[in-house]
Amino acid sequence: MNQVISITPSTMSDRDKPAVDAVAAPTPVPTMKPMAVVPPSAPATTAGPPQIAFDIQDLSIFYGAHQAIKNVSLQITAHSVTAIIGPSGCGKSTLLRSLNRMHELTPGARHTGSIRILGDDLYGPGIDPTVVRRRVGMIFQKSNPFPTLTIAENVLVGLRLNGVRDKVFLNRRLEESLRMAALWDEVKDHLHRPGTSLSGGQQQRLCIARAIANRPEILLMDEPCSALDPIATGKVEELIHELSRDYTIVIVTHNMQQAARVSNKTAFMYMGKLVEYGETEQIFMNPKDPQTEAYVSGRFG
Amino acid sequence: MSATYDQYRKAKSHCMSGLAVFCAVMVVMPLVLVLFYLLKMGFSSLNWAFFTQLPNADPEGSGGGMANAIVGTLELMVIALVLGVPVGLLGGIFLSEYGGEKTNGFVRFAADVLNGVPSIVWGMVGYTLVVVPMHGYSAFAGGVALAFIMIPLVLRTTEEVLVLVPGAYREAGLALGIPRWKITVHIVLRTAFKGLVTGVLLALGRIAGETAPILFTALGNPNWNNSLKEPIAALPIQIYYYAISPFPDQNRQAWAGALVLIGIVFLLSASVRIIAGRRKKA
Amino acid sequence: MKRYFHHELEDLRKHLILMGERTIDSVRLAAQALLSEDVATAGQVIALDDEIDRLEILIDAECIRYITLRGPVASDVRLITVAMKASHELERAGDEATSIAKRARKLAEKGKIDDFNHIPRMADLALELLRDAMDSFITENVDKAHTVPRRDKEVDDLNRENYVQLTDKISLNPEVSHAAIELIFISKSLERVADHATNIAEEVIFLLKGEDVRHTAEVKRSGM
Repeated sequence: MNQVISITPSTMSDRDKPAVDAVAAPTPVPTMKPMAVVPPSAPATTAGPPQIAFDIQDLSIFYGAHQAIKNVSLQITAHSVTAIIGPSGCGKSTLLRSLNRMHELTPGARHTGSIRILGDDLYGPGIDPTVVRRRVGMIFQKSNPFPTLTIAENVLVGLRLNGVRDKVFLNRRLEESLRMAALWDEVKDHLHRPGTSLSGGQQQRLCIARAIANRPEILLMDEPCSALDPIATGKVEELIHELSRDYTIVIVTHNMQQAARVSNKTAFMYMGKLVEYGETEQIFMNPKDPQTEAYVSGRFG
Repeated sequence: MSATYDQYRKAKSHCMSGLAVFCAVMVVMPLVLVLFYLLKMGFSSLNWAFFTQLPNADPEGSGGGMANAIVGTLELMVIALVLGVPVGLLGGIFLSEYGGEKTNGFVRFAADVLNGVPSIVWGMVGYTLVVVPMHGYSAFAGGVALAFIMIPLVLRTTEEVLVLVPGAYREAGLALGIPRWKITVHIVLRTAFKGLVTGVLLALGRIAGETAPILFTALGNPNWNNSLKEPIAALPIQIYYYAISPFPDQNRQAWAGALVLIGIVFLLSASVRIIAGRRKKA
Repeated sequence: MKRYFHHELEDLRKHLILMGERTIDSVRLAAQALLSEDVATAGQVIALDDEIDRLEILIDAECIRYITLRGPVASDVRLITVAMKASHELERAGDEATSIAKRARKLAEKGKIDDFNHIPRMADLALELLRDAMDSFITENVDKAHTVPRRDKEVDDLNRENYVQLTDKISLNPEVSHAAIELIFISKSLERVADHATNIAEEVIFLLKGEDVRHTAEVKRSGM
């Protein structure tokens, strides 16, 4: 599309000034003990080809005899939002969970193929899944703040239970994370209240704050808004847009309009296979595969 | 509908309601009667002396109390708690958090069987395992026997309560990169805490009144118990001896003892109710 | 709550307003080229048309993208549809201006024109209507938008008179037929520019009131 004239039309990936006066950039972290077996990635560079957050090669995942993912190859760009869409049972949640090794919690899970996370082998020998999950955070469909912990304790639980003791550091991290989750102003005067005393939308943002308190490099979101009303959904989507500058976000959603609104790239899956993957604009305006066309236009099934 | 059918319907309804009320009364009546009788027989003997004095050495005489038996019961409960609760708790944690299907089935079956073992058998176990090697009856032996009763109880209630903790919390903890055992201790156990305490209190209430297992392990003691290796007095034992004694004063004291024992069990049940009833601020 | 993509609608408005400005410039310069027989100005109009065409493509792309990715409703979707249609109207008005400019160049090369009939008045009116249509969009003034279709009648009448006068001239003096025919075409072009302005005004009424007033008695124009 030609750029024309005296007025500079906004680019498609224009990032607005943050609505939240946040300490947006992650501050340097004292390393958590024990030091990650998988060393942290280099900071994002603005020049050069886009960094690859996940390099998935020929991945297949089996639960016992059932094959949930069939030979999927996919490269997820860093510092962007990638949406995974598809009908129920297509394997999108399984694919998401394989990115932080949560699918291993299901008995009988095994995989073939490889996933590299920022250059490191995710399933290499000696890689501790617990450590991996500190680099890759996850937000679930139903918000799940811990009921016996206060709001502040909820946000910091990942740090505290991993041995971080420095109170000054923790307090700063608490405020930063709540600001980044656009929750600080709403809760700053009652941080001592139980995590479950918040509304549904606030609880989900609390879970996001809890996840980013760990300063992971990547955030996985499994249908984060499906239990929320439109306004809460809008707030979470704005948050995703904000966070995508500093984090890589992969979001599974069955709401196609949401995928269209928030993501830069979209992957369409069906029956365990990756049918099409590309720029969101292209997937929704001019899909290459007829199955994709059928699905996004609502003619599927 | 004719008027007579209407009347018939109403009469039938009243009949059924009446029957239901009658059944409820029949169930509650024995309980009320027992409590009432106990109160009648034992209340007058409840005095300061009863709670503070040792049994009268002279069986024919009056006076004296069951102070050592009351304390002894409490002491045995504590020993049983210390010995039995950790085992039951860890077993319950294993079943809920770490076990596999086959192992769990086996462990649960064993626990259910053990729950049904007559308490006197536990007494025999305590006798064989502790009294004989130690060459003597002791508080410790009594505690052991009671602990054996507590273990399968606590195990089952722990498992039930932990299983009720939603898996979503475990998942959230795992997704934060928290090690499994820390999730179990800091999140799962913490969330289930009230239920766990309830389970322990219920088990304590169960063993408070157990007589057979402590008869030939703790034995009973006319005096204060000074060490775990010595025999110890307990309410059930004392009640037993006094109730069958030919001396009226001791009979009277037996009633009082029974009332106190019921009182302890009642307190435990009431605290379970209070703890379970307190809802978290939502 | 302002979403991060709502600025795309503001950009769209800006582009449409810009396109309006360029089209108005184009028509004005074309009339100027004709009336002052200025070949250079005619060249400017032709160059300006490229810019107008690019803007049309840009606006269309933005609209389609917004519809696909943002699922607009209510006044947002009316804005999108109005933007797409108005951009086409402006593009065609731009084409008319270009046509006028080309003919003006031809006429200037052939020799002086002594009488432009009602063309100057038509040009003024057409420009006025275009400006008012765009103004009503910018200031969201539905009353102003309503005035445009009413005044279109005058342009239609002037065009008809031109036709009669010029055809008479031709029958009296066949030598002037080439010039006269060009003027007839130019007159028709200006009448079409006024029509496009009217269409834009009707779109603005739809945008502001949600009513489709096209072809209603309210706005029905008489004309050829």
